[in-house]
Amino acid sequence: MTVKTADVIVVGGGVHGASTAYELAKAGVKVVLFEKEYLGSGGSGRSAAGLRQHFGTETNLHMAKYNLQVFPTLEEELDTGMSLEFTQWGYMWVAYADTVLAQLQKNVDLQRSLDIPSVMMKPDEVKARWPYLCMDGIIGVAFCGDDGHINPQTLTLSYGHAARRLGATVKTYCPVVKLLAENGKIKGVVTEDGEEWHAPRVLLSAGPWSTPLAATVGVDLPVYPERHNLLITEPVEVFDCPMVLCLDDGAYFKQCPNGTFMFGRDDQDEPHITESTNSAKFLEGVTKSVLKRIPALSGVRVVRQWSGPYDNTPDHNAIIDWTPVEGLLVDCGWSGHGLQFGPSGGRVCKELLMGEKPFVDLYRFRLSRFAENDLFFEPAFI
Amino acid sequence: MEENKKANIICRCEEIEIDEIRKWINAGYTNFEELKRILRVGMGPCQGRGCRDIILRELSKATGKPVADLLPGVIRPPVKPVKAKLLAEDNE
Repeated sequence: MTVKTADVIVVGGGVHGASTAYELAKAGVKVVLFEKEYLGSGGSGRSAAGLRQHFGTETNLHMAKYNLQVFPTLEEELDTGMSLEFTQWGYMWVAYADTVLAQLQKNVDLQRSLDIPSVMMKPDEVKARWPYLCMDGIIGVAFCGDDGHINPQTLTLSYGHAARRLGATVKTYCPVVKLLAENGKIKGVVTEDGEEWHAPRVLLSAGPWSTPLAATVGVDLPVYPERHNLLITEPVEVFDCPMVLCLDDGAYFKQCPNGTFMFGRDDQDEPHITESTNSAKFLEGVTKSVLKRIPALSGVRVVRQWSGPYDNTPDHNAIIDWTPVEGLLVDCGWSGHGLQFGPSGGRVCKELLMGEKPFVDLYRFRLSRFAENDLFFEPAFI
Repeated sequence: MEENKKANIICRCEEIEIDEIRKWINAGYTNFEELKRILRVGMGPCQGRGCRDIILRELSKATGKPVADLLPGVIRPPVKPVKAKLLAEDNE
């Protein structure tokens, strides 16, 4: 059997793997990406795809700000003929309790100190600007009008398409079954059909599937899957409804640029599985909760529901770090907010893989924080 | 003849023409799952009842594989569109 070689192997064709492959190919690196199904088939394409600069830590805010600098011109940059459907209709965090409101205020203060145009708004201001929202019981919201939405499928596919155009090899329906290491160094990967690929550096960006793959070279990742559900309605007249996230029961909704509405709701009882199975309980719970806040949608038809796995870590923040196996980099564990970090994630992974200094300090994302019990606490996670 | 070809809409929910579908097949997207995500075919209210078979035949022609061997994509609940308020009603 012939062993094939590359400069860098990327395992996992979600948005982080695809954007890293794109950045590396642009820099002239010989990169091969392996994806078990189609690009974005895991958590990325199934994401609610909200884009936000509402975080409560400087590390996440620096990266979030970079993402929002990239998105407005990304469709032009990638130039694939696919529409990324980027909109900036805003993102709202709705507080129903004093402690929640106080935390939102703290987050917004930090955001504003970094020149992010977030504001706090009172219930009557919300009512005046979005009269169709029925926000009984709210005590205030945090809102950023520059935040918005993107199509997570075409985002991931476009990164992959542009990477290919620049010379990257993107192998879809080609699962990696194990990583190979020798004398403490990464050596390559083996695919399901028995092909062996060698490279001095490997990026593992396979969401919740990263954990079993890392284990094949003795690396323990505290990353586990958790199912999350979404639904989409038929299209209605476009009225630029922002992303509205209700911090009482975790329900959220937004209008997509084609007029459809997306509803979601987090539920702590969801199973810890990677399988994208469906839940009837979700349909009832989410429609009940969302229609309370936007009753005008009660006659709108629900067209489809789907689910996808978050890749949770104990502190709900990502791991972006070299592992104890030399040459093996991981970028996973985004815990539900990773899609929007495609641009910054791809950039820092490319920088690490090329031996450059990352544009943000990645110390908080280090793998050893779990063993050291020095968790990366982010007050704004959903 | 040319006019006829232009009006050949395969996915009526999203108004996608056969030429557009063939363009992306020629670009290397040779399965229904990928075409669905690039073009939204099968994502509309009918979830591909109208277009799936036609697209699978196109894919079969392009790849040389029989239709039965192609991945047909997924039809998701609630299968037929249902008013949100009906789903929100108590089922007890």
